[in-house]
Amino acid sequence: MDPILNPFSSGTRLRDMIRAIRACKTAAEERAAIRKECAAIRTSINENDPDYRHRNLAKLMFIHMLGYPTHFGQMECLKCIASPGFPEKRIGYLGLMLLLDERQEVLMLVTNSLKQDLNHMNQYIVGLALCALGNICSAEMARDLAPEVERLLQFRDPNIRKKAALCSIRIIKKVPDLAENFVKPATALLKEKHHGVLITAVQLCADLCKVSREALEHIRKKCTEGLVRTLKDLANSSYSPEYDVSGITDPFLHIRLLKLLRLLGEGDADASDSMNDILAQVGTKTESNKVAANAILYECVQTIMSIEGNGGLRVLAIGILGKFLSNRDNNIRYVALNMLMKAVTADPQAVLRYRATILECVKDADASIRKRALELVYVLVNESNVKPLTTELVSYLETCDQDFKGDLTAKICSIVSKFSPEKIWYIDQMIKVLLEAGSFVKDEVWRALIVVISNASELHGYAVRALYKAFQKSNEQEAFTRVAIWCIGEYGDLLINNVGMLDLEDRITVTESDAVDLIEITIQCHALDFTTKAMALVALLKLSSRFPSCSERIREIIVKYKGNFVLELQQRSIEFNSIIARHQNIRSMLVERMPVLDEATFIGRQAGSLPDAGSISAGSSVSLPNGVAKPADSLVDLLDLNSNDAPAPSSSGGDFLQDLLGVDLSPAAQSGANQTSKSGTDALLDLLSVGSVSGPVESPSAQSNSSAIDILSASKSEKASVSPLDDLSSLSLSSRTTSITGAAPMMDLLDGFASTPPKSENNGTVYPSITAFESSSLQLTFNFSKQPGNSQTTNIQATFINLSSDEYTDFIFQAAVPKFLQLQLDPASGSTLPANGNGSITQNFRVTNSQNGKKSLVMRIRITYKINGKEKLEEGQISNFPRDL
Amino acid sequence: MIHFVLLISRQGKVRLTKWYSPYSQKERSKVIRELSSEILSRGPKLCNFVEWRGFKVVYKRYASLYFCICSDQDDNELETLSIIHHYVETLDRYFGSVCELDLIFNFHKAYFILDEILLAGEMQETSKRTTLRLIAAQEELLEAAKEEASSLSSIIAQATK
Repeated sequence: MDPILNPFSSGTRLRDMIRAIRACKTAAEERAAIRKECAAIRTSINENDPDYRHRNLAKLMFIHMLGYPTHFGQMECLKCIASPGFPEKRIGYLGLMLLLDERQEVLMLVTNSLKQDLNHMNQYIVGLALCALGNICSAEMARDLAPEVERLLQFRDPNIRKKAALCSIRIIKKVPDLAENFVKPATALLKEKHHGVLITAVQLCADLCKVSREALEHIRKKCTEGLVRTLKDLANSSYSPEYDVSGITDPFLHIRLLKLLRLLGEGDADASDSMNDILAQVGTKTESNKVAANAILYECVQTIMSIEGNGGLRVLAIGILGKFLSNRDNNIRYVALNMLMKAVTADPQAVLRYRATILECVKDADASIRKRALELVYVLVNESNVKPLTTELVSYLETCDQDFKGDLTAKICSIVSKFSPEKIWYIDQMIKVLLEAGSFVKDEVWRALIVVISNASELHGYAVRALYKAFQKSNEQEAFTRVAIWCIGEYGDLLINNVGMLDLEDRITVTESDAVDLIEITIQCHALDFTTKAMALVALLKLSSRFPSCSERIREIIVKYKGNFVLELQQRSIEFNSIIARHQNIRSMLVERMPVLDEATFIGRQAGSLPDAGSISAGSSVSLPNGVAKPADSLVDLLDLNSNDAPAPSSSGGDFLQDLLGVDLSPAAQSGANQTSKSGTDALLDLLSVGSVSGPVESPSAQSNSSAIDILSASKSEKASVSPLDDLSSLSLSSRTTSITGAAPMMDLLDGFASTPPKSENNGTVYPSITAFESSSLQLTFNFSKQPGNSQTTNIQATFINLSSDEYTDFIFQAAVPKFLQLQLDPASGSTLPANGNGSITQNFRVTNSQNGKKSLVMRIRITYKINGKEKLEEGQISNFPRDL
Repeated sequence: MIHFVLLISRQGKVRLTKWYSPYSQKERSKVIRELSSEILSRGPKLCNFVEWRGFKVVYKRYASLYFCICSDQDDNELETLSIIHHYVETLDRYFGSVCELDLIFNFHKAYFILDEILLAGEMQETSKRTTLRLIAAQEELLEAAKEEASSLSSIIAQATK
């Protein structure tokens, strides 16, 4: 009957349905055929026709196998299982195993049927139930049905006993507490002759040993001897056709016995002793090229390696592995590598003997073997053999498949950084790796290379020359390009002058314009992403100061990017251009060589533990000369060196720029190095937004001071008018709380005097001085004067007074201003500030206000000094400048 | 322990799946997709082992069919390979030089035979003869049930004449 013509009939036979589906030419046709078939099955299910249940279920299973949904058939499985006949039960259990998994609720409904069937008269039905239970039972079912299974371990028919034994494995895996119930019956089964029962009993014992310590002890004590004897009998047995596999009697049983012996021998010298002889026998007498024999040898080696040491046996085992390794069969070599991996911990020297062969395997055509071999090489590497092994691996990098390069590169990088005996070797190897497989190198790896180069001051020249030479040949690898560009920018002068030549180097002649050429070519390369280009721009900026003769040309290159559609590059271009063109005086200081990058910090970062940022700031800003900011932190950020966790390179580049911008306009915009780069930006934005005087000052870095500033700025308007008295009142400001109250009466007193605004008073030539900053230990006063004829520029004299009883040394004052201001700092009068106000430091600077008359001055300051060698940092914001400055 | 057994044709069609560890239906189809693309793309001379999600998949190709077994990392791969061979030989004896079509039209029988060899992801019976004897005994039961049913229906048919 045609199923398509008559969808209401379940009359199609299974065979016909399969044929019809196979006849479908397209996937759509197949879907249609299956939809029709499923509809027919559903109808039949709804009619509840027991005659076709069997057939429907079989069809559903086939449909399920093709990947179509068949959940509507689940209840049919249960109905089949519940029906009395063997054929229905058989197909029902098969469906249960195929269509359901143990997580489905429906499964709970079957527990009762299973229980009945486990007690059924017909042993084949018992077998079916055991099979289903063993394959899909859940923990609840295991608990409910464990007594039945336990009883069946003693069933008269061996075929039921073996099924019950395997079922028990599932049960104790699901519910380990039940293990003790199974120990006795399991050990009893070990005495059986029937191979099926024996092999299942051995497996059950092995699993009991894994879940229960007591079971292990019991079986070790009671059964070790018997198991050794069983294995001996089996190994010596004569040919038996029933169990023979290519000349060996029951290799499966061999393997399971060896496995159990391994569990028993591990950590127990006596048990290990008792199995030595048989292991030696199996290891020496099993001789064949067939899979089965090798499987036994492999298992035997594994057992020898795991049990308590016996030198002779170990030698035998390693010998077998050596033989495996030279086998032509890939499978055998694969397992040999796998096993050697385990042997490494026991006897690394023995494994090292096969080094050459293992290295060959790294180059195998087979990915599985390569992977194993590479992992083995990785654990074999130590300080003494790292050089030859790495050389091999790196040379292989040139020829290996693309798929494998990622793994190989990661392993080489890890080996090199872990075991490298000297830095120069590390640098050499990393350059090779970057050249060959730069795109597979992780970002932290090439950054680590920069950190290492930066730390090896004697190798700066060597590294930059080596990179330059390699770079001339190839610039295809972006990671390599980045490292090379960074080094050329930093150490360009060493490149040109051949500084720090090592004996092994050949002399090279590079002119200044060669170096610039190289970077120019790079930056024009379209394939590079903009982070690299941004790095190239920084390198150019650095070179413009290193090679003054090329400065103009570099400026031209940089200027080309001022219209770039990537904002980042555009901004850099414009700003760098202005540095080169207009700020010759500070440029060289600005682009000084970077301070040594902190290796420990970087490694710490890599390890995921963030060092406290204080240490970074100490490292990079301590030695700053007064008034000059070195964008060290920002550059570090640019490279994203110490912020694996933080912003993407692009955004940190932006921060750097903003920092640099502060530098450009005013030295010392180090707005708290302990802020993340992001909050650095915030600080600057703050600076910009407070341009319009007063308003609450929010600065995360100056919390301790902000209250003082608030007070000051809040009373600003009055202050401005009482300005002539400020000198006086500032004396009493030393204690903040009293200052206001103390000042207030005086203001009142003087109100009459200063009723006219100061602006009209004296044409801005005389301004009151202010206490710009004050803490419990330090006071800073500003005196103002205007340059005649230049209303925009104000001269400010800063006077620092030490209020504490300790002397301050290494005193450094830094200041930052928003964009509309320009700041020039003169050197300070000294760097030591005597205690108790017995002296002062003065420092002059000039501020030019391009928005004079519209906006008032505002400034952020940062003061660092040392008390008895201990670093101190004070920060604050000054917004109480007299108006109209 | 064996986690699952798969039979995949060279075209990537699934011919048999047997799960000994809990995988939801969704995971099952994902596993099949992943593995079949990985295994079918491997060349003929490569080793028969694939490392996959912390497990080992041992596969072997017989004619147009790939037999795959996924087992624990520390299981004996060579033994798993022998298990595959053992199963194939048993099928071969049962069907008499088995081919893919036999397994398509008699897929349930392939399952029944597998259930006599493996249980709970472990080896159950190492003798092919015993396995086939058990299968034959169960088929006799089927025949008996069928005869009973047909004689019953003939009796009913006669009675209703």
